[in-house]
Amino acid sequence: MSTQLPMMEKEPGSATLVATLSIAGFISGLILITIYLATFDTIAANKARELREAVFRVLPGVTQMQKLRFDGKTLVVLPADARDDENTLYGGYDAEGRFIGYAIANAGPGFQDTISVLYGYDPAARKMVGMWILDSRETPGLGDKIYKDAAFVANFDDLVMEPQIIAVKRGTKARENEIDAITGATISSKAVVRIMNEAHAFWGEKLSGTPPALEKQIERVNHGNTLK
Amino acid sequence: MATHSNKPTAYDELLKGLWRDNPVFVQVLGMCPMLAVTNSAFNAVVMGLATFFVLVGSSLLVSALRQWIPRPVRISVYVIIIATFVTVADYTLLALLPAAHKELGAFLPLIVANCMILGRQEAFASKHTVKFALMDAIGMASGFMLALFALGSVREILGEGKLFGLALFGDHFEPWVIMILPPGGFLTLGLLLLIFNWVTERKREFLAQVAEQQAGNR
Repeated sequence: MSTQLPMMEKEPGSATLVATLSIAGFISGLILITIYLATFDTIAANKARELREAVFRVLPGVTQMQKLRFDGKTLVVLPADARDDENTLYGGYDAEGRFIGYAIANAGPGFQDTISVLYGYDPAARKMVGMWILDSRETPGLGDKIYKDAAFVANFDDLVMEPQIIAVKRGTKARENEIDAITGATISSKAVVRIMNEAHAFWGEKLSGTPPALEKQIERVNHGNTLK
Repeated sequence: MATHSNKPTAYDELLKGLWRDNPVFVQVLGMCPMLAVTNSAFNAVVMGLATFFVLVGSSLLVSALRQWIPRPVRISVYVIIIATFVTVADYTLLALLPAAHKELGAFLPLIVANCMILGRQEAFASKHTVKFALMDAIGMASGFMLALFALGSVREILGEGKLFGLALFGDHFEPWVIMILPPGGFLTLGLLLLIFNWVTERKREFLAQVAEQQAGNR
């Protein structure tokens, strides 16, 4: 490696240094804005599609959905691009517009980082009908089985949620509200269950009323942009 | 590799990153992504491609602008350039390959802190012409990617019994879960370094032997 450096005749003044860094920062900023704007629509569309697929997955038979918000008394329909908060959830409907169930998202601490869970809830049967992990950073090979292990995910396909879900050692599942935990990832399994129990404690009673009807308009208005 | 003249050609600069000065096996740089994201061959390749893009782009710019970057602030300017390329790679992956982006998570933005990249700017790109800097960057980035892939494929094959998600063995294979956990990364890296150094040593001995024989024949 050669060490022939083009030696500077004299040290550059501080004005030169400030100017260099400002120009570099300015150009960098322009590039960042460009890439942000260029990818924004695709990223938003990816997220919307991912959520839509997740809702369809946790609620078998669902082909249409709408965003709902609990306003203190009842559930009101929101436009699909409305902001999410702890009072929003999704209603799932079949092709004829008949109500099937709610998809509820909740997040909580896992073994390493926040786990974000979406589950399907059938208020008539008061049962969970499916679950999907939206986001997690659990240990590869162990904790990531909460979404990679089909047998674990299938635990939640027909699960009584009351009084609460309990994770038990694999193979000892006896009652309808128990699930088989993953061997070697008990903390991750229990975290998933705790997140669901918390969500159910919050939503359980609020969802006992008549579900809101599917508003066709919402679906049509958003067909062109966010939901593809 | 015996160099007959002191001046390396652009081709030499390209090749040195692959073996003689391999950033991972010889310089032992960039260990954080090396150990963290090599739990599958796919992750390793995506990380390798992102690093390739950042290193080649940064080296090109740093080399082209080397006369205008004042020495006292050169590191800051390099970091600005590298960080810009990293963010571009980050957003592009998020838009085009959201699944891969999810797997690599925090390690994509952390390419900024990969000392291998900053090291190439300071040690090479800032002192050489664009052509040589590009060759050096392509060689080093390919060497890095090869090393990532070597580690990732070994860990995925042993840890999950798969390569690129395709099952290699029957159902009877019990995966060595430890291989995709952090200790597996250290074990595999250690063994690969051992093999690499052993091969290098053998090669040196062989070349010395050949030289001796030639000297004897004369």
